Amino acid sequence: MERESFLRDRLIPIGTVIVAIVAIWYVAVIFLNAPFERDTAARNGETITFAEIVPKTMAQERPVLPAPHQVAAELWDTTVNKAVTSKRSLVYHAWVTLSATLLGFAMGTVLGILLAIGIVHNRAMDRSLMPWVIASQTIPILAIAPMIIVVLNAIGLSGLLPKALISTYLSFFPVVVGMVKGLRSPEQIQLDLMHTYNASSAQTFWKLRWPSSMPYLFTSLKVAVAISLVGAIVGELPTGAVAGLGARLLAGSYYGQTVQIWAALFMAAGVAALLVVIVGLAHSAVLRRMGARA
Amino acid sequence: MTTKPIAMHPTDMQSLSERSIESTEMKSPAASSVVCATNLGLTFETTDGPVTALSDVNLTVEKGDFVSFIGPSGCGKTTFLRVIADLEKPTSGTITVNGMTPEQARHKRAYGYVFQAAALYPWRTIEKNIALPLEIMGYSAAEQKERVARTLDLVSLTGFGKKYPWQLSGGMQQRASIARALAFDADLLLMDEPFGALDEIVRDHLNEALLKLWAQTNKTICFVTHSIPEAVYLSTKIVVMSPRPGRVTDVIESTLPRERPLDIRETPEFLEIAHRVREGLRAGHSYDV
Repeated sequence: MERESFLRDRLIPIGTVIVAIVAIWYVAVIFLNAPFERDTAARNGETITFAEIVPKTMAQERPVLPAPHQVAAELWDTTVNKAVTSKRSLVYHAWVTLSATLLGFAMGTVLGILLAIGIVHNRAMDRSLMPWVIASQTIPILAIAPMIIVVLNAIGLSGLLPKALISTYLSFFPVVVGMVKGLRSPEQIQLDLMHTYNASSAQTFWKLRWPSSMPYLFTSLKVAVAISLVGAIVGELPTGAVAGLGARLLAGSYYGQTVQIWAALFMAAGVAALLVVIVGLAHSAVLRRMGARA
Repeated sequence: MTTKPIAMHPTDMQSLSERSIESTEMKSPAASSVVCATNLGLTFETTDGPVTALSDVNLTVEKGDFVSFIGPSGCGKTTFLRVIADLEKPTSGTITVNGMTPEQARHKRAYGYVFQAAALYPWRTIEKNIALPLEIMGYSAAEQKERVARTLDLVSLTGFGKKYPWQLSGGMQQRASIARALAFDADLLLMDEPFGALDEIVRDHLNEALLKLWAQTNKTICFVTHSIPEAVYLSTKIVVMSPRPGRVTDVIESTLPRERPLDIRETPEFLEIAHRVREGLRAGHSYDV
């Protein structure tokens, strides 16, 4: 077999897709923003050619769809050109959202693992809890998020914790499902072996079930960390939009600042990608320590 | 129903003398033997109705015996081994292991069990796998190290302790799993078709190694197989079983010496025993499909 080449196996296919997306995006920019230019020209009693329209569609202040370079300029301006402590810095807002994400992710992971342990070891919990866990996810988060915020505000909890709880609400689910499967993944023969040693259930858990569940745990964590971010952003929407990526999205839509919305969206996507990559690296580090094939 | 006499053939002088000494102290004759089953039966309740896996099994395994259980699949030989190991509960009759119930014996860690597959934990190195029962049973770190080294040497795997299971061949993995069963002080070794998945060349080699190991450690071994030459080559006692329901059709005391080179398999004596095993299987309709 041939060795993997970075250029041929990574750069060219990924680059091709990105170039295609950007090209389609520019075409869409022209067609979506052109009506505004035609209306403006018609109001002024001028006629305007297609060649004149094209550059104008990419330089509007409040375009229907901003051009990629407009979004890139906004991103650059609000990250590099602003102090990170400034309310106008996207890094500041990203950090506000990220802190709620990480807290919610941590709580969701712990909650998910504890529930899974209960479900695997206790028949009553298996029967009674799993339907509720699944039912919890059938409720639209957009509907329940404002209620969580309002209820917690009423008992004096505001700021980071309510947002983190919405992240927890979303992220515990994949962890429960993955860990229940993971903790049940040891084969019968491996469980029989523990039985012949007269091992206690704590010993069976730590020496067999827990290590067996690691691949399942990390797969779940990748999903959980990404939806934790979604939860934190959704949690920011009903708070009156003070700070955070959710606040930027909401403020942007109030004032028709589409460029700002898109910049915040890309920041959110970037943060999510970074989090998933970090979990992925932790995954391979743990598997390497557990003697997986290199 | 009285106990069938076929099971009671203590051959060698050692076990005879032991029996007489111990029986003066203990009342039950079963207490002196390692495994003693009386009218043992096991019926599984399945959705298709009850399935009788074992029916009226009477058998005694004496200390130091190498007993093979042979028969076609479905004859209950693995089930019988699992009953000894307290992995299945009998539904009728009685069985004692070292004079106790199988459950008490399991609590006392009276036996090591070798499964059909090596069942090594993939995230543990070979030495960590062998140390697994020692960790569970609370041996000190120093003792663990000493025992791991000793058992690795017994199965000729010295130098492979730091490897992970996937880095070893199937035969080496199964040797590691035997080492794991030998690491703690169980005098009884239960082996459920341990070499069934291996090719014949590796199997010959491991059979020879197992006999050597048995001579060195003086353990009692119960060995499930469906290979006639393997059963005859290894055993001091061959239990022939037949299916539907699982029962014992013949118990053959081997007349072969304890010292057995591989080419003993071409002697008339060996072929004579193999012939008797085959006859036993035929009598139990094991060849009817």
